[in-house]
Amino acid sequence: MNTYMSDQKEQVTLPPRGDGTSDREAHQVAAHRAVIEIDDVNFEYVSGVDVLRNISMNINKGEVTAFIGPSGCGKSTLLRCLNRMNDLIPKAGLTNGEIRILGTDIYDPLVDVIELRKHVGMVFQKYNPFPKSIYENVAYGLRIQGVNRKSVLDEAVENSLKLAGLWDEVKDRLDASGLGLSGGQQQRLCIARTIAVEPKIILMDEPCSALDPISTAIIEDLITQLKDEFTIVIVTHNMQQATRVSDRTAYFYLGELIEMDETIKIFSNPSQKKTEEYISGRFG
Amino acid sequence: MPNEAKNPPPEQGENPFAAKAHSLKRRDKTVSILLGVATYFILVCTAYIFLDIALKGIPVVFQTEAPFVNVEFFTKSPETLMTFETEEGDFFKMNFSDYSQFKRDNPEVNIVDEHSHAYSGGGIFGPLVGTALLTAICIVVALAVGLTTAIFLNEYATKGRFMDTVRLAIMNLAGVPSIVFGLFGLGLFCMVAPVITDTPMDRALFTVPIIFTDNYLSFEGWGTCMLAGGFTLAVMILPVVITACEESLKAIPMGFREASLALGATKWQTIKKSVLPYAFPGMLTASILGITRVAGETAPIMFTAALAHKDELPWESAGSIGGFFSQSVQAMPYHIYTVAARIPQSEYTKPMQYGSVFVFMVVVMSFAALSIFLRIRYRKKLKW
Repeated sequence: MNTYMSDQKEQVTLPPRGDGTSDREAHQVAAHRAVIEIDDVNFEYVSGVDVLRNISMNINKGEVTAFIGPSGCGKSTLLRCLNRMNDLIPKAGLTNGEIRILGTDIYDPLVDVIELRKHVGMVFQKYNPFPKSIYENVAYGLRIQGVNRKSVLDEAVENSLKLAGLWDEVKDRLDASGLGLSGGQQQRLCIARTIAVEPKIILMDEPCSALDPISTAIIEDLITQLKDEFTIVIVTHNMQQATRVSDRTAYFYLGELIEMDETIKIFSNPSQKKTEEYISGRFG
Repeated sequence: MPNEAKNPPPEQGENPFAAKAHSLKRRDKTVSILLGVATYFILVCTAYIFLDIALKGIPVVFQTEAPFVNVEFFTKSPETLMTFETEEGDFFKMNFSDYSQFKRDNPEVNIVDEHSHAYSGGGIFGPLVGTALLTAICIVVALAVGLTTAIFLNEYATKGRFMDTVRLAIMNLAGVPSIVFGLFGLGLFCMVAPVITDTPMDRALFTVPIIFTDNYLSFEGWGTCMLAGGFTLAVMILPVVITACEESLKAIPMGFREASLALGATKWQTIKKSVLPYAFPGMLTASILGITRVAGETAPIMFTAALAHKDELPWESAGSIGGFFSQSVQAMPYHIYTVAARIPQSEYTKPMQYGSVFVFMVVVMSFAALSIFLRIRYRKKLKW
């Protein structure tokens, strides 16, 4: 264990329901596609108070999964469980269940959290480039891994910035400070920085909430393009954004997963009354 | 509504904003004057101190002919000043070394009405050098210990009752009187701190032989020396340095740490690459500001490092690096204390007193100004 296998490359399509395959088989196929399996997870910040209760879900490879729900429902907490950012908070942790990424339980003592985070990158709510040059921002992840060959770094920086759609805007001023960019550009720089270490999964915690509508649209386009190469999990308060970018949506309420399904279904015909109330704006 | 009954609506043509309660207005004015007086009182005190020292100190330090600066005052160490008259009625004022020379050269002169004024002649080179060395040792030790402590407290230590106690202890350290620090330094650094030697002293607390060598680790103390003084000053300023360093670390946005960790950096890589470089200027300037204050302390060094008088400068009798640091020195605050309070006062001691105070004040103030200037510059440079 502890090696993140990436041999699940072939896309296994979920067979349509009602064609004779049993639910069980469908579930097995779905499990095979899943890169993140969350299994009956409880989480607490303070002893005895579960902020996540019995969460189980699968997140599929090559899809954008959106977490929605009112503030305090635990969606960001769950997201931060996926690359163990919650380890920074003393006493916080899982009290039940396990989270498997690429088949490995990430809370296993044998898992090195440093290695995990190289596979599971994260983009934050408030864009937070380092006060370094654009180049050094993107090269940061590789440099801490000990990569110092100029040619390797140059290539990685160029590729990452191209993927993040920022290359044409900054190629002439790679040595300028990352903080001199506009808000939307800074957030794309953060995305470029994240994909430079070639993670399998990118977690995005409300990546557009500090941005204007035009920058938001650019980032949303970017997310749709990135899903060919990365599995993306995005927390958002903006339900339109969830419909625009995500393939599947999970609705959380008070620490529980109320419903998870294809985005179209969640927003057109949710099976739970609570979901419908939330997406129609009756509360939250 | 009761309010309406009290304040009937103004009649037509009447000014609705006319002042009504004159007594309240008068009280308002009185209070503002009282508050102002208290503030201006501080201003007057400050102005008096600075002007008095400057007016009497500047004539000692500067002179009207080239090179316009009293070079001797900065290049000589304190000596005894002699004043005397000859039988012919000529008045002389000279340093003791010149005086001996004068007597040797003019054995025929009959000296009458001879006075000596201790420490009032010469200059302040020795004390300046001593203070510079003490402050340098203090900066190195205080920054090294303070920085590591602050990093540990802010980045590594988990919050809890024990850490709260540690923090409280550090804060309490700031409230300890300076004379207590002096005694502490005497007790620890001068008398107990370990040294490596092949001949341990009898007064050593205990000795530990170092294997494979003939040397011993002897807990006999460093004696009265600049190392002990610098360490004592450092311990005294530690609370300030730790607090300053912690504040600088806290000012670094959490986002930098999170971003770095999320990219797969270890904690130390994160601190080294994304926290310290941005916190360091703030740490340095705030610490220097604190250290300039401690450079003026007399009590901590009077038992541990300072001498009222010493003929040799530290490098003149050092021998080795260890020998260099294990010498006692003269120091500005202690020198000022000596010339101000420990010697008989006369008009001839005044120039030395005011000159020393003026120079010392200017040195300390320019360091403080420098650190503030640096801080403003770095603040402008580092924005996020």
